[in-house]
Amino acid sequence: MFYATLEGLRRFKIPHNFEFISIITLYAQWIREGKLVVDPSWNTEGVKFTVQDPCKLVRQGLGDQVAEDLRFVIKKVVGAENFIDVWPNKSNNYCCGGGGGALQAGFVKNRRKFGKIKFDQLASTGADVVITPCHNCHTQVLDICDHYGGKWKTTHLWNWIEKAMVKP
Amino acid sequence: MAPYEPIDLSSLKTRVKEQIQAAFPDAHIDYCLTCGLCASGCPATGLEGLDPRKFLRLLVLGQDEEVLSTNWIYSCTMCQRCKHACPMGIDVGRIVYEIRGMRPKEQRPPNLQRSCDLQKKSNSTGIPNEDFVWVVGDVLAEVRKNEPEWSDLEAPIDKKGAMFYLNQNAKEPTVEPEEMVPLWKILHRVGIDWTYSSKWWDGANYCLFTGDPDDWEYTVRMQAETVDALGCKYYINTE
Repeated sequence: MFYATLEGLRRFKIPHNFEFISIITLYAQWIREGKLVVDPSWNTEGVKFTVQDPCKLVRQGLGDQVAEDLRFVIKKVVGAENFIDVWPNKSNNYCCGGGGGALQAGFVKNRRKFGKIKFDQLASTGADVVITPCHNCHTQVLDICDHYGGKWKTTHLWNWIEKAMVKP
Repeated sequence: MAPYEPIDLSSLKTRVKEQIQAAFPDAHIDYCLTCGLCASGCPATGLEGLDPRKFLRLLVLGQDEEVLSTNWIYSCTMCQRCKHACPMGIDVGRIVYEIRGMRPKEQRPPNLQRSCDLQKKSNSTGIPNEDFVWVVGDVLAEVRKNEPEWSDLEAPIDKKGAMFYLNQNAKEPTVEPEEMVPLWKILHRVGIDWTYSSKWWDGANYCLFTGDPDDWEYTVRMQAETVDALGCKYYINTE
């Protein structure tokens, strides 16, 4: 996850010659530069999307800038009119409850209680799809959707980029 | 004489608080105004009878036994939303990290510790590196064979001097390998020069969550050395 490497390099002053970047930043950059061409016209039925801001990438990582990039990419891929944002969002979004090792630690009841806030927040958007660009979020959002009887589909971001991708 | 005597805290012992301050000088635990903004915006509020504000009070009042024994530290996901809201900038997430690390390894949640122990060998699910290389090759061969449009798709491993290094969450090669393909296609279409590594390729890092700085540092150092040895200019994190 983004923060573990970003903060690890910083806190332990680990020497390195590379620049550490997020794939989300690159998706947005490539779309802006025309290197990645996407067309939302596949979404003829107006499937509605919302998003989970991964804490490790957004609040603890690159802040609102990457959250804006994430929304820019989603809107380009699914159509701006088909994106419904959550509230609160970006750096002030709620954690899904799956991070910090919660999915591994085994306190399932607590993890699901924690996730009820996320469930209510996501459900209130009425979106058909929740995009989770983080594996912990993905697993937790799938689980709370199932546990609390949600109706949305939980997916990664890359599946939709693939769907919308056209040859330049 | 005033009707109430002030409580004398001079003999109070706050060893855990002092330990945290020593490891993390910016902790400023005493800055807490007890305003409760942290607790009101925290999804872990109420779990195990605690919340970020109460947890700080326990520390400040030297209730070390409870601080060290409560499993609230595993309900808090160290997401730092409380720090984001705190007018005094107190980082309860970081404080929880320090306390997690104070638990002896054998008293930590076994599956969490196991994920970190596996990560220290290579990756959090514990699949052998050879399996990762094999799965990537196998999935790639399938796509090239079955999808004519993508017959020249690539998924390079250990390609020295590639511009971009890409990590891969271990979940994909382990349980849902087909989820690697969309990203390969995107990178192919954009036309960037990228590579995986056959070692230290996992994008997750559970050693941050056990609270053990030595383990966390080791895994990040191994990743950094691997990427530098490949000579990549950029390290792309996939999540």
